[in-house]
Amino acid sequence: MSYPLNPALFTGDMQLDPTRAGFGRGLKAAGEANESIVALCADLTESTQMHLFKAAFPKRFVEVGVAEQNLVTVASGMARAGKIPFTSSYAAFSPGRNWEQIRTTVSLNNQPVKIVGSHAGIYTGKDGATHQMLEDIALMRVLPNMVVVAPGDSIEAEKATRAIAENGLPSYIRLAREKTPVFSLDESPFEIGKAYVLKDGTDVSLMGTGTMTYQLLLAAKILAEHGINAEVVHVPTIKPLDEETILASAQRNGRVVTAEEAQVIGGFGSAITELLSEKLPMPVKRIGMQDRFGESGDPKDLFKAFGLTGEQIAEQVAEWTKTTHRYHQ
Amino acid sequence: MDKLTVPQIQQKANDIREDIITMLEHAGSGHSAGPLGLADIFAALYFNILNLDPKNPEWEDRDILMLSNGHTNPVQYAAMAEAGFFDKDELMTLRQYGSRLQGHPERERLPGLETTSGPLGSGLSQAAGYAYTLQYMDDIKDRFVYVVMGDGELNEGNIWEAAMFAGKYKLSQLIGIIDRNNIQIDGNTEDVMPLEDLKGKWEAFGWHVIEIDGHNIESIIDATSQGRAITNRPTMIIAHTIPGKGVEFMEYDYKWHGMAPNSDQAKIALEKLRTLDGKITHEGAGL
Repeated sequence: MSYPLNPALFTGDMQLDPTRAGFGRGLKAAGEANESIVALCADLTESTQMHLFKAAFPKRFVEVGVAEQNLVTVASGMARAGKIPFTSSYAAFSPGRNWEQIRTTVSLNNQPVKIVGSHAGIYTGKDGATHQMLEDIALMRVLPNMVVVAPGDSIEAEKATRAIAENGLPSYIRLAREKTPVFSLDESPFEIGKAYVLKDGTDVSLMGTGTMTYQLLLAAKILAEHGINAEVVHVPTIKPLDEETILASAQRNGRVVTAEEAQVIGGFGSAITELLSEKLPMPVKRIGMQDRFGESGDPKDLFKAFGLTGEQIAEQVAEWTKTTHRYHQ
Repeated sequence: MDKLTVPQIQQKANDIREDIITMLEHAGSGHSAGPLGLADIFAALYFNILNLDPKNPEWEDRDILMLSNGHTNPVQYAAMAEAGFFDKDELMTLRQYGSRLQGHPERERLPGLETTSGPLGSGLSQAAGYAYTLQYMDDIKDRFVYVVMGDGELNEGNIWEAAMFAGKYKLSQLIGIIDRNNIQIDGNTEDVMPLEDLKGKWEAFGWHVIEIDGHNIESIIDATSQGRAITNRPTMIIAHTIPGKGVEFMEYDYKWHGMAPNSDQAKIALEKLRTLDGKITHEGAGL
């Protein structure tokens, strides 16, 4: 089954919406469907889009103040009392500051607390390096029991929020501040643990997570104009990885490029590389933040500065495929 | 569970102390001073204060006890075994491979544990989360949430975040117990990182504070009863205890914080406990 993409893709009519907005809608909908769902925020209620849930269910919303360690541990206690708590803050603070509390009281304690990391990645822009969380994927995917999801756009963020609300597991969802292109449709599939081939190819498989998948779609379009038939795989669930889809795409194309707006060390690129080195060793190029911090600036300028735009990715892939042979079994 | 009388609880505390010495000696590692100092408090909790059903640990009307300073868990395991949550023989598996009695408590391993702890400072906020749920979300007024903390762990910032939170929301079903034994790994608490004025600190955060002798069973029961009666604030009980209590050569000596007795030391300790140095006797317990 082919993945239905937004027909307005690459046109002036392309809708832009932040993934955090999709989360806000998804949380409210999840709250309507299940009264055990509660929400806790650390003084960033509107910013993390929890205000929709708060307005609908004031009794089920808890303001914790600027105290991220307390945020997740109070949530852990609520989970023990039978609730499904969503906790939100900026990713730099949760899971950035409270990682040990998450490890012990959520992950090892195996409580279905949902960690919502908003304002993750380079899209956080002008606030600069302190607030551009780039290490969250690495921090969260290393934890046993933890599900890690980075939705590609706001529609998918809404679906992902509803899915983790009901998965019964500790889960992390990574969200962006800035408006990003909505490449999927309401009818596009989303399931935790599934990756989706958005475009078939033969020469190289471009695998993206979160909002970077859009840049890969753009890169594939440009590469096609240069005679390179790139496949695009969207991997919204970083843990557990959809090994079957990823390995099949790698097998078809013989070369893999990964893309994320996060540290490639320990991040999504590492996750794909670990899988391929064990099951199907082949050349991999990892696009993302190369062991450095971000800095202040408009997200568009920052994407250019760090080589993360679709145009730049196309250039890098074209160059790389010239010198890197496809893997043949 | 039926509530025991004060003399019966004193006897249980002594049994728990014997269990602690035996299990630590067998395990060959673990913490001695804290668990011995908490024996009276845990005996009072499990045999009088808490509404629990050892045969149905997930009983939905139960009270909640969270142990924040997880390293003192031999006292909880011993109290649970004495209360009938599991067979006392299992105490001898403490810290061994495959045991449900992990070196630090893990909720999923042993029914009856409410959380997983060890890294310090996170128990109060979990208890606060549970208490908030009862008070504001589920509107259940007859269940209480107790949390036992060490004094050394009050160095952790997470504790004071929780103190503010519970104070703001006036979590009246939350009752904290601080094991005020004045020792932590690097020495005396007031040398490592001073806690006083400890009572004043909690009061400033909006708590009702009660200071008690943590070895006086009646005081422990009375303080928790007072805590349950207070309906507009959370309660913090500062329980002054003697680290290593009941084993003379361990008492007040901070080097026993993280050490287990060897077989010779255990033998002396058990002899002392069985005679109680005349402090209380088996006969006096009226059993």
